[in-house]
Amino acid sequence: MSARTETQPILEVKDITVTFGGLKAVDRASLSLYDNELLGFIGPNGAGKTTLMRAIIGMITPVSGHIILAGQDISRCRIVERINLGMALAQQIIKPLKDMTLLDNVALAAGGDKLLSPVKAILNRSRQQQQEVANSLLREVGLAHSVHKYPTELPLGYLKRLEVARALARQPKVLLLDEPLAGLSKTEAEGMANLIMSLPRKGRSVILIEHNLAQVRRICKTLYVQHNGCHLAFGETEDVLANRDVQLAYLGKSE
Amino acid sequence: MAYEMIVLTNMLIAILFAQSLNLITGFCGQVSLGHAAFLGIGAYTSAMLTKSGLPLVATFIPAMVIAGTIGLFVGAASLRVRHDFLAITTMGVSFLFTGIIRKQDMLGGEMGIAGIPSPEGGRVGLLLMALCLTILFIIVMIYIKRSWMGYVFDSIAEDEDTASIIGIDVRRFKLFAFILGTAGAGLAGALYAHQVRFIGPDSFGFVESVTVLSMVIVGGIGSIWGVTIAAALLSVMPQFFQVIDDYKLLVYGMLLFLAMRFLPEGLGGLTKTFRKDRGQT
Repeated sequence: MSARTETQPILEVKDITVTFGGLKAVDRASLSLYDNELLGFIGPNGAGKTTLMRAIIGMITPVSGHIILAGQDISRCRIVERINLGMALAQQIIKPLKDMTLLDNVALAAGGDKLLSPVKAILNRSRQQQQEVANSLLREVGLAHSVHKYPTELPLGYLKRLEVARALARQPKVLLLDEPLAGLSKTEAEGMANLIMSLPRKGRSVILIEHNLAQVRRICKTLYVQHNGCHLAFGETEDVLANRDVQLAYLGKSE
Repeated sequence: MAYEMIVLTNMLIAILFAQSLNLITGFCGQVSLGHAAFLGIGAYTSAMLTKSGLPLVATFIPAMVIAGTIGLFVGAASLRVRHDFLAITTMGVSFLFTGIIRKQDMLGGEMGIAGIPSPEGGRVGLLLMALCLTILFIIVMIYIKRSWMGYVFDSIAEDEDTASIIGIDVRRFKLFAFILGTAGAGLAGALYAHQVRFIGPDSFGFVESVTVLSMVIVGGIGSIWGVTIAAALLSVMPQFFQVIDDYKLLVYGMLLFLAMRFLPEGLGGLTKTFRKDRGQT
């Protein structure tokens, strides 16, 4: 909890409410994330975790609430602005660009202002610098041997790592990981969890949505629990998992 | 010789026009069913200017600027929707253009504009201008494809949502493609007006939009050489085979269907497959 002793959170989510028609998918959710922190975000299916994550990154517009990144209110910013202010998302359903190699997938994300300005994009041809960044990131996530392969040639475990590398290429202050262990074997999940554990550092924090409680328990020091769209518990992992309400709602047991 | 020159000039204008749509539909993945409207905007702009005494060469930039500027407004409004919705919206642009032209007496209304002056240098001059501009446009296309813009366009064409998550300003890039593509169509229109020397609203209707789209689809969406070959062949065919001209919409509609069903990557895709096969053996 050392990160939480700092005064200014890197990300503050304040009273976010998201509705779909008449249904309240997220109801006044609030959480804060500090620098160099790995925050586990759990909750049963349908708890609104992915919805809240999408609201944070800007894919969904909440009906109320505020999102503050590094002291700046970004609630009205478009997704592209939020990403360029320092957010990145690795999605649950991976979406690699299938016609590009892994190297090109990651190098593209490292394009910086060439992704924002068509004029800068048309005036620049060299990809060398971005490819060096991509090479180093793919090595960091354990894909050094597959940099020139296409996503269609690789299994899910590799593609999940590609998704993380591509998000890292944005040099995010806040990295949102949506169920990165879903669909992976026990060994793959453990390897991926080790990778996730290594991601937080000064200037980079991570929110991890995950159902694999064994791995979440192993790698996250703090947990946020959501149930039926509402905040249920927050605190140190072991305390939260021992909470009776959490056990009742999430684990289905009361003792 | 004069006939061959006309055919060749037609072919070059068709290539230029098809490449301008290839930039929007092929490179950036945005289907447009109203591209002929921008050919028309360029044609009307250029025809009006040469009729007022300007040389054809001096009308190229105004034709591109006016087509590109209207492209900017149309793009800003229509690129908010995607896929089939975009196709329907751009189809509306095509009908809107012909509808407006019909009611404008200043632009000749239903009767169109006749007596467009012969270009400087006559038929040979026009052929050379079409040749130079088409080659120049293709060089620009190749440059774009190899620049970061081509890299970004590839990602938008494949998956706009993923491109957004990566941090690409998708809306801005789509709009830029639309401006460049519509300006290119305007340039083709300037040449076209002086090739036929009579233009009317029906010269730039929905059929022409479908025709140019079929050139891009048959050539292979995004393939510069595939689209060049398809545009060359499909523009020449009606001039040699009267039946194709008589049943133009049917023939191009059928070609569109066949290409989408059996050759979704078009002629460009065929060469890619051939190269892959050779690489494997």
